Order: sequence, then C-alpha cells, then structure tokens
Amino acid sequence: MIPLNLLLRAVLVSIFALAALAGSARAQLTIEITGAGGNQIPIAIVPFAGEGALTPAISEVIDADLSRSGRFRTLYTGPQNLTDQSTLDFAPWREKNADAIVVGGLYAIGGGRYEARFRLYDVPKQAQIGALAFTLNTQQARATAHRIADFIYERLTGERGIFSTRIAYVVKTGSRYQLQVADADGANAQTALSSNEPILSPAWSPDGSRLAYVSFENKKPVVYVHSLATGQRRAVANFRGSNSAPAWSPDGRTLAVVLSRAGGSQLFLMDADGSNVRRLTSSSAIDTEPYYSRDGSTIYFTSDRGGSPQIYSIPVTGGTPQRITFQGNYNVTPRVSPDGKSLVFVHRDDGRFQVAIMDLATKQIQVLTDTDRDESPSFAPNGRMILYATVVGGRGVLAAVSSDGRVRQRLSVQAGDVREPAWGPFLN
Amino acid sequence: MRHILLAIVVTVALAACSSTPTSESGAAVEDRTPGAGGKGTTTQPITTTTIPGDELKNPSSPLAKRSVYFDFDRDDIKEEYRPMLEAHAHYLAQHPDKKMLIQGNADDRGSREYNIGLGQRRADAVKRTLVLMGASETQIESVSLGEEKPRCTEQTEECWAQNRRADLLYTGEY
Repeated sequence: MIPLNLLLRAVLVSIFALAALAGSARAQLTIEITGAGGNQIPIAIVPFAGEGALTPAISEVIDADLSRSGRFRTLYTGPQNLTDQSTLDFAPWREKNADAIVVGGLYAIGGGRYEARFRLYDVPKQAQIGALAFTLNTQQARATAHRIADFIYERLTGERGIFSTRIAYVVKTGSRYQLQVADADGANAQTALSSNEPILSPAWSPDGSRLAYVSFENKKPVVYVHSLATGQRRAVANFRGSNSAPAWSPDGRTLAVVLSRAGGSQLFLMDADGSNVRRLTSSSAIDTEPYYSRDGSTIYFTSDRGGSPQIYSIPVTGGTPQRITFQGNYNVTPRVSPDGKSLVFVHRDDGRFQVAIMDLATKQIQVLTDTDRDESPSFAPNGRMILYATVVGGRGVLAAVSSDGRVRQRLSVQAGDVREPAWGPFLN
Repeated sequence: MRHILLAIVVTVALAACSSTPTSESGAAVEDRTPGAGGKGTTTQPITTTTIPGDELKNPSSPLAKRSVYFDFDRDDIKEEYRPMLEAHAHYLAQHPDKKMLIQGNADDRGSREYNIGLGQRRADAVKRTLVLMGASETQIESVSLGEEKPRCTEQTEECWAQNRRADLLYTGEY
C-alpha cells in the first residue's frame, strides 16, 4: 500500500511522500516542485469512476505527473459524476478555461483484474482527441496511471512523456550505500545493491535492463554490470589500479571506461562483457567521464590536458580530441541531449558548481540551476528535464531542471544523502 | 593486542596475497581466523617460527607514517615526505614479498569521477617516487578513492587539505 498525499495543490506546490518497498523503509524519496514553467496547458483530470478500488487513485497520479512536468496546470474538479461513458457537457469546462479534460473509469473484470478506460477531450473544439483502455491487476494502478499520463502528455505537447521511465541513484544512510531504482516520480524505490562501501556512476544500458556502475567493495573502484531483473552482477573492469566511469554505447555492445592500469586515468573501450579491451586516449592528463554521442560515433569526455578540466570529444575510432568548452576553468561531466543538439555539464564559476547547457551548434552556454554544488546531470529520455545531484542544507538531494531552466524540482530522502542520479531510457 | 595477533595477522596477510577479491558481503566483516579467507583463498603453513619485531608496527619508525598530503589540484610530492617515503621504499626493497596499496584521495569539490582522477594522480606520484627510491613496481598497486572516503567532512580549507592525501597500506591493512 502506498499512501499519497497531495498538498497545497492550489499554489502548484505538490509534495508527496511515498512509502518505498521493503528494504528501503528509510529511503522515502519526496518530490517538491520549486519552480514552474510558463505557457502551461490548463487541464481537468476528473477522478475516475470506481478508482477507489485500487491504491493509489489513478487520477491523482495522472494529476501529479502532469503537474510535475511543468507543462500543465491541473484544474481542481472535485468529484464529478462523469466517466468515459458519459456524454460530456463542455460548457462548465469552458467556463473554467480548461483546454483539455480527462474522464475515465476503473472497472472490475473478474479474477482480480480491472480495466481502466479513459477519454481525452479538447474542450475548445468539443472533440475527443484520444481514448485508451488498459487491463491491470491490483498492483498496477500506479504504472497504468503513468501510461495514461504519458499518452495525455504526448497528445497535447507532441513529445513523448517520461512518466513510465525509471531513475537510478545512490542513497547513503550513515555508512551504508544503496543503489536504488525508482519510478521517475520517486515512487516504488527498490534497492538493487547494498554495500558498506561507496557506489558511484550508475549508467543504464540502452534497453533499460542493466546498470553499469562503480563499486568500492574491493577497496578500490571496480566497474560492474548488474542485470536488474535477476540481480546478477559481474565485474567487467577489475584491472590493477582504478576502474571507473562506465558509459554504454547506443547499441549496448560497448562500454567506455576509465582505467589506470597503464598509468594515469585514461579512456578505454571494451565489449559489454569486459572482453576486447582497447585504449582510446593516450595522454599524460586525466581523461575521464566518457559519454557517447547519440549516433555512437563520438565520445565526449572530461580532460585536464589543457591545464584545467574541460570537455573534449574524440571519435570512437581514435584520433585527435577536439576541445568543446572554453568558458571558465572547470567544465566537467558532459551528457549529450537525446536529440544530440546540446550538451549539459557541470560548470564552475566563482566557486559555484552549476549545471549548464551548451547548444552544440552555436557553442552558447546557459547556466540552468540556482544551486551551487551540482554534480552528475542526466537527461530525461525526452530531453525535457535534467536530473542532477546537489547539496541543500548540508544534505545530498536530487534536483531536476527543465532544459530551458524554467521548471525546477527537488527530490530528497528523509534520513540520508541522495546522489549519482541516472535517468533511464524509454521502455517500449 | 597487535602483538598478540601478530602471527595471525601475518598468516592472513600471506593468504591474502594469493586470494581473489572477496565477495561484497565478505569484505564487510574481515575474518581474522587463519584459513578462513574467502572463496578461492589458499593458505600456507608458516615456516618461520619466530618473527623479529615488525618495523611496520614501531610507532617511532618513519614507517609508521603512512599519509602524504597535497596542495589543491596538485600531485607533486613535498620535500617533507621524502624521508618517510625513502624508509618505505627501503622496507619494500628489503621485503620483496611485501605488497603495498596506495590509496589516493581528493577533496569533495566538483565531479566525483574527476576526483577519482585526481586521487589516482596522487597515488601514482607516490608509487613512482617509491619505485625511483628502490621499491619494485610489482609490489605496489596505486588506486584512487576519489572524494568517497573523506577523513574530514566539513566545507573548510583545513578540512579539504586533510582529504587531499595518499595513504600507504601494506597487505593485511586494507
């Protein structure tokens, strides 16, 4: 049972606490919206008829998803005697200036199974613009609500929704480290790995089935690949020296890693099972934090070969690295946007470490955040939001900011530090 | 306590030389019982019956010093650490069976992975110095803990300075 409290809806500040699953009782991830975007679509999500049969209530999850995206303003509807079967009277919704309305119902179909049906209407046009039905069991109310929210989001914005995607991150509680995977809204947190030693740099395989990460359980950094469904894991880079910063190629066949086995910290490529290791960079500098371009042809990385850490790119076939960042003397952790057109990274200015975005065509950069100890930015798979780690009030928290800097959220746990976020891929 | 356990520690140390890394749970609680190493561990009988006082345990020996501190964003080794590193290099040269792990560390500002790079550079610098002073390359592994194992956790220069550090550990000490 997952309790969900939606507070202060009127001022668009939603705070919801969700009990995590077994094994992570103290790791409740809470999301707070700290800034909202402009041009929001006003939408009414009418409570689904019969939705009280399952927890959480489907319409509340849809409402929270759409609100959190910053692209919607959800209108309070109160209980209505409306379902997907109703003939809709648009007049009262036009009066409320709703652009869209969602009505639906949850129906028991026997054997512990249910059907969730809904219709999405364009209010000004008084026309249905979408309808779907899902069959679900008693455990799938939340997942179904996320899929409905994805459908609504895509119909009304033209972009794919990310509400059904997952995030990975590390929670540190006392001296204990947990690698967790949760829904994009922080719910359903599950612990993939617990350790008394640090866990770093989780990276999702492109199909979302595996995480590569760095674990210190052998008293030094070693890269593991962990299958989420089975919990099976193996060390894929455990060479003499340090092994860190794994990144997947877009086809999932290759890992870029940083190894010190040849001295220094240098980029290497290996097959995803750890075989066929070949060196990519040869410098006397620190070369680290590789990240593949979307077409897999180029690797962006951090290097201090020019004296200060800056972002460079190098063809996966090798060659001369090209410097990408020039503004400031500390630019690290490059991550390419899903459309391949921009790069986010951590930029230091006047002692503040902030997430910045660069348009790769114009090389213009814009600082996106108002926090100052930012780390590990990670794009949502639709490119809209960037999840990152920062410190607020002395505690490690996750935060998210839209790629235009207008929407801001914060995710924290009650009794611990959260860090090292990685947003997972779309799951088809 | 250290003297009482010396023989046991040495046994475990010898065993650990030939062991594969222990499992995640095994690493959490070190078993000091002889022969109780992790999977793949082999133990050997100890042929020496008496062990002279271990120089590594002598608090007045330069070998008792195990940390090298660095300036911000630097990996050059300051003069003050030369005598201590010479003592360790000499000890390693005299004890070719001994292995050392050097763990480099960085303060917690900025990227965790870049800080692994900074820690590695510091550990490599200490290793290079020890090898130049006569230790064998194969005796020493240099690794980085980045910013993950701070000795001090406040956001002050004094504290950061304590974390810009490389630690020298002999087999059995980590």
